[in-house]
Amino acid sequence: MAFTAPKETYSGKVYNVTIGTGERAASFGGENVLPFLPFEGTIPNKPLIAYEIQDVPPTDWPENVQKPFSSVSGDPVTWAKFCQDTLKAKAIALRLIGTHPDRENRSPEDAAKTVKDVLSAINVPLIILGSNNAEKDAPVLIAAAEAAKDKNCILGKAQEANYKTIAAAAMANNHKLIAMSELDINLSKQLNILITQMGFDKERLITDPMCSALGYGLEYTYSVMERIRLAALTQNDLTMQPPMLADVGMYVWKIKETQAPESDVPSWGNAEERGIAWEATTAAALLMAGAELLIMRHPKAVEAVGKLIEEL
Amino acid sequence: MALSGVEIFKLLPKTNCKKCGHPTCLAFAMKLAQRQASLDQCPDVSEEAKKILGEASAPPIRSITFGSGDRAVKIGEETVLFRHDKKFVNPCALAVEIKDTLSEGEITKKIEEVLASEIDRVGQKLRVDAIALTNASGDKGKFESAAKLIASKAPNVPVILSTTDPASAEAAVKLFAGKKPIIYGANSGNAEAMANIAKTEKAILGVVANGLDELSTLTEKIKALGVEDMVIDSGAKKAEEMLENNTMIRRAALKKNYKPFGYPVINFAQRDDSLHEALIASVGITKYASIIVVSGIEKWKNLALFTLRQNIYTDPQVPMQVEQKIYKIGEATPDSPLTITTNFSLTYFIVSGEIENSKVPCRLAVMDCEGLSVLTAWAAGKFTASKIATFIKESGIENEVKHRELIIPGYVAILSGSIEDKLEGWKVTVGPREANGLPAFLKARTA
Ligand code: B12
Ligand code: SF4
Repeated sequence: MAFTAPKETYSGKVYNVTIGTGERAASFGGENVLPFLPFEGTIPNKPLIAYEIQDVPPTDWPENVQKPFSSVSGDPVTWAKFCQDTLKAKAIALRLIGTHPDRENRSPEDAAKTVKDVLSAINVPLIILGSNNAEKDAPVLIAAAEAAKDKNCILGKAQEANYKTIAAAAMANNHKLIAMSELDINLSKQLNILITQMGFDKERLITDPMCSALGYGLEYTYSVMERIRLAALTQNDLTMQPPMLADVGMYVWKIKETQAPESDVPSWGNAEERGIAWEATTAAALLMAGAELLIMRHPKAVEAVGKLIEEL
Repeated sequence: MALSGVEIFKLLPKTNCKKCGHPTCLAFAMKLAQRQASLDQCPDVSEEAKKILGEASAPPIRSITFGSGDRAVKIGEETVLFRHDKKFVNPCALAVEIKDTLSEGEITKKIEEVLASEIDRVGQKLRVDAIALTNASGDKGKFESAAKLIASKAPNVPVILSTTDPASAEAAVKLFAGKKPIIYGANSGNAEAMANIAKTEKAILGVVANGLDELSTLTEKIKALGVEDMVIDSGAKKAEEMLENNTMIRRAALKKNYKPFGYPVINFAQRDDSLHEALIASVGITKYASIIVVSGIEKWKNLALFTLRQNIYTDPQVPMQVEQKIYKIGEATPDSPLTITTNFSLTYFIVSGEIENSKVPCRLAVMDCEGLSVLTAWAAGKFTASKIATFIKESGIENEVKHRELIIPGYVAILSGSIEDKLEGWKVTVGPREANGLPAFLKARTA
């Protein structure tokens, strides 16, 4: 029996999204095949990794991931430049965590200023994220979107509770938009539909089906992503064709495996290497499930995932 | 591909003699097609029909038991391409490479690492499953003495004997008689000799080729030589090729019932950079490898790979659960606090871990909610005030503790009043939302 490769042809295609402006603009998505199977379709872009920074010092990050940024993270502008110039970041994700009411409760105006300052210091694309407080994110992201007008950023995250204001802000200021729902393909589809019904162009959306860390529900994110990608490609479901985000760093660097010192759990091995491996492995698995945009923290994890992508 | 009822019927005697317990041959054929009957119920079926039906009903990817005894691992038998369709069946085995160029001391150290690699995670024992001994020296004597060392120090660990030299393979495989080792490899140059050794020694044969075409020719040839248990390697080393070939093999086996690829896949992920190696192994774990060979087994790496394998191979329909009961954590006395949560493994292990961290002895009541997390169970109507009240009453806890105070998860604070209404004499206290708030919360209460 001679072997004939059982190739598939897909009817659908993931939207190709470009962010940023000028020479350093970056694209992701655009493929019409399952992840990293170029022999049966085209994959115009590699997945894009954005370095996560925040508006306030990362005192809430575990020691091992604070360390690489200890000399720059006091100020978001220095931090952003360090990621771009020293770490060769292709994109930066600024999380405005300090605006959260339970944290520093920074005002929308403060957030807007941080966005402006960061943007004027970098030329790689910027992703602007709220603090994930649905109520506060609305005014914060409106102000941020205006401050970044026409810079072709990604604004996020629009959720069921606040998508109207955030989508409107992204639309008015020419940004892309992350739509996040909680680990359910139907909720994700529904949110994308609601947002496009407002007149938001579906080709400017990025789907965040919600990330989860290795060992902490990764399998749910993995399968929701695979199902979304299959719906996009095999059923040509237009509402499932935006590229997908895996917001890896934030979920990984809050669990025990990335924090517990080796002295507490000797069988888990070196804590620093463990944390890096945890972030990189989570990212690698989600790449296999279809993520095209990753937000990550540790430079060594980013480097390792970059090296994997090169080999794929 | 499975045969239809009518196709099966054509192969039956068509006498309707009822000896199979069914009224007609057609009725029996229908049952066979639905896999609700077995062919041997018909005493009159022809040898030819047996052969055709046997092949058609064999699982599309052969099930192989690698190794023997308690440490044997079952591989293969997969039925789907995507884990959301149906549970992936047999978690891939992780093997660590030991080169026969290492000194006796170095080999011993690696063996000990393998033996000590077991970790308990969410109630499952996870470990490095196998040792892959490589004939890097090209020398038969060295290979044999390294094999001897492994056979004596790790007699129960499944082994892969990696050499292309039949004489070396034969010498080494005899040291693992009856233990179902893998001889890796048979290639287009040595297939006959290797097949003979595998057959005589009842070993599994690892088959390696240069690409998929050659691989299919080789497995056919080896099968014709009488070897049934094979693990297959397309020769891919680079991640891209590995992914492509693993995908093609799995698809061909499942969707086309392509027999030459109906075997478990072995991948070699060794890299100089250990983290890079872990990520290559991750590609294999998610995408269709049944055995992955790595070169280093640092503890941090094991933990990450074991966890990924566990995640990918959980049943998408049935979350992992723990038994409903009242667990004692630390030296709990009748005065110790009583906390409650659901029986989702992840929830239980996170919460019990944090209670342990607090060093405050406690009771943790784990209620059966079909393996759902606290909020999911609440939203699904399984973690409700009346169910919690019934569970507490029926658990017998009132005889075990002196107090009448129940600490509930912060996320279900809304339940506190109605639990008190339904659980007479009890006070409900709302705990923190996230389990990592528990140590401070519990310590503050005792202070
Ligand atoms: C994965 C998931 C699922 C999985 C189920 C996984 C599982 N085994 O439970 C699936 C896909 C099946 C599912 C289904 C549903 N889900 Co759901 N799901 C989730 C998700 C994304 C994560 C849940 C999880 O695994 N958490 C991790 C575990 C460890 O958390 P936990 O059990 O709560 O434990 C933590 C704390 O509660 C605390 N804790 C636990 N015990 C104790 C005890 C004490 C004493 C203390 C102090 C603390 C404490 O510590 C833990 C760690 O901090 C959440 C969203 C989210 N971000 O939480 C939604 C979520 C829970 N689901 C939700 C809903 C509505 C549902 C559905 C009803 C409908 C739907 N959306 O699909 C169904 C119901 C299922 C059914 N059978 O009918 C809602 C609940 C809404 C609400 N709060 O009102 C959520 C919040 C999503 C949302 N915002 O819509 N879900
Ligand atoms: S025993 Fe065989 S021949 Fe007889 S009815 Fe059943 S299938 Fe037909």
